[in-house]
Amino acid sequence: MARPRLLDLDRSSFRAVIGALAAIAFFFLVFPTLIVLLTSFTSTASLRFPPPGYSLRWYTALLDAHQMQQAALNSLKVAAAATALSVVLGTSGALAIGRSSARWAKILDSIFMSPLLLPALAFGFAALLYFSLIGVPLSLATLVLGHIAVCVPFVLRTTIASLSQLDPALLDASLSLGAGPLFTFRRVTLPLIGRGIAAGAFLAFMASFDNVPVSLFLTDARTEVLPIHLWQIIDTDLDVRTAAASGVLIFATVILMVAAERFAGLSKQLH
Amino acid sequence: MTAAPAAEHDPEKRAPVFEKIMLQQKVKARWRFVEKSSRFDAPEWRLLLPLGAFFVLFFAAPLVVLFLVSLSDGIALNGFTVAHYAKFLTDAFSLSILFDTVVLGIKATAVCLVFGLPLAWVCVHAHPRLRSLLVFLVILPILTSVVVRTFAWIVILGQQGILNKTFLSLGLIDHPLRLLFSEVGVVMVLAQVQMPLMVLPLITTLQRIDPNLADASRALGAGHWRTFRRVILPLWLPGLVAGSILVFAACTTAFVTQTLIGGARLVYMPLYIYQQATGANNWPFAAAMSVLLMISVLLVVYLLNLAGRARWAVRHG
Repeated sequence: MARPRLLDLDRSSFRAVIGALAAIAFFFLVFPTLIVLLTSFTSTASLRFPPPGYSLRWYTALLDAHQMQQAALNSLKVAAAATALSVVLGTSGALAIGRSSARWAKILDSIFMSPLLLPALAFGFAALLYFSLIGVPLSLATLVLGHIAVCVPFVLRTTIASLSQLDPALLDASLSLGAGPLFTFRRVTLPLIGRGIAAGAFLAFMASFDNVPVSLFLTDARTEVLPIHLWQIIDTDLDVRTAAASGVLIFATVILMVAAERFAGLSKQLH
Repeated sequence: MTAAPAAEHDPEKRAPVFEKIMLQQKVKARWRFVEKSSRFDAPEWRLLLPLGAFFVLFFAAPLVVLFLVSLSDGIALNGFTVAHYAKFLTDAFSLSILFDTVVLGIKATAVCLVFGLPLAWVCVHAHPRLRSLLVFLVILPILTSVVVRTFAWIVILGQQGILNKTFLSLGLIDHPLRLLFSEVGVVMVLAQVQMPLMVLPLITTLQRIDPNLADASRALGAGHWRTFRRVILPLWLPGLVAGSILVFAACTTAFVTQTLIGGARLVYMPLYIYQQATGANNWPFAAAMSVLLMISVLLVVYLLNLAGRARWAVRHG
């Protein structure tokens, strides 16, 4: 009788430890977001939790925060442009290296993924030096160029993943039936890898919209972006409007994510 | 053909040899086909040109410029000097900042591992319906702005924050803890903020491990813990290394979290570089610091890779 009971102890202790650690981790992943949401509806001018009363005053205050709105608009513009260009560059790159198992393809793949490993802040500073050396003044365009390098890896990753699931026989069939490479791409490849590209585009958009390390060096007062603006406000004086702005960002993220889940199966593309 | 012995006509007897020949033919045909199609696909490398050109112009070139500036007297690349490196490497204060940054990354990565492994385990072994919700919850934080998530922790960790108020009312502490502006706070918040980077590769690799292996191990008498340590963990190692590398790299460059949670007293490399580059306007020195930070991060990444491979060789070599 001793043996089964010992095994039971082993099994239950394993489950208990794994379950407890996972529960703590889930709690910590979700809890801060909920705190910010609740705090953003406070009726007072402090970030006390729990708030003594609830109101929408800080959300209405956002309507007058022109500087913040301008920063948000800049962020949207830059993220949209960086995403569009990353999708074009990343998809064509993925088509070239995704289906090859050659050594050079592996090497190129790790080079194109390296922006995720290198400290992005060092790259941001390098970009600032580069643009000032070749005499290009900073603008939203230079910011977009800086963001693309850190956005491309996301498109590349998800597109290569969906290309690896694409049956090459389909392409051969299309080509042998007389369709040209371009027609084949448009009518066969693209519909099949579209979800992968869309998931990558979504991640690239979020990566650009949220980027601080590169934007830190490539923006000035005119081209200020939202994360930097919020960071400055939080760093200097804690303004409850940042909680409301955070609330707006959280709602927007959840809506975008649900949409991405619906149309691109986001969580399936990521793992 | 009808005159042939019956045995030759018996498909069951002929099948093995026949199939073998067929298979050989098929393999040969497949190889010819692969060769042909790869020749046919040759124009595909041209698809690489836009991305390749972009990377050379706007990724590699800036890094080369960074390196050159770090070795020169000024931004105009005049004069060659290693003075900036010498200044950094002989200054105890600067060296301690670089050291602290690497240690911070290692600590946050360790915390991420301790909680990320169970998290990924639960995600993979949960009921399929529950699983997609759990994965959704894991992804959500990484897509919420880093500034927002860090801001949330300021509300939680502050002297008047929830954590201190709860601890005080429970009588666990007499006076508020200094969690904000402490290293413990920075490690905690970094681990939370970067957790999804750890969990996603872990989920991917855990899914690929054949569940029969764990069942076999348990059927042969190994307990859950032993099975986890001896069967699952070695096979999980590639995901562990991939997640650790991503988290470590992200933590060492996490400017927002480091500055907002660490405050002005806890200085890490990103803030130090930023101060030198903008405040002190000392670009070559900041460039040398950036290069040193990159080398340190890549060194740790290389060691992590090496550790993963060494374990692999011990198990399977």
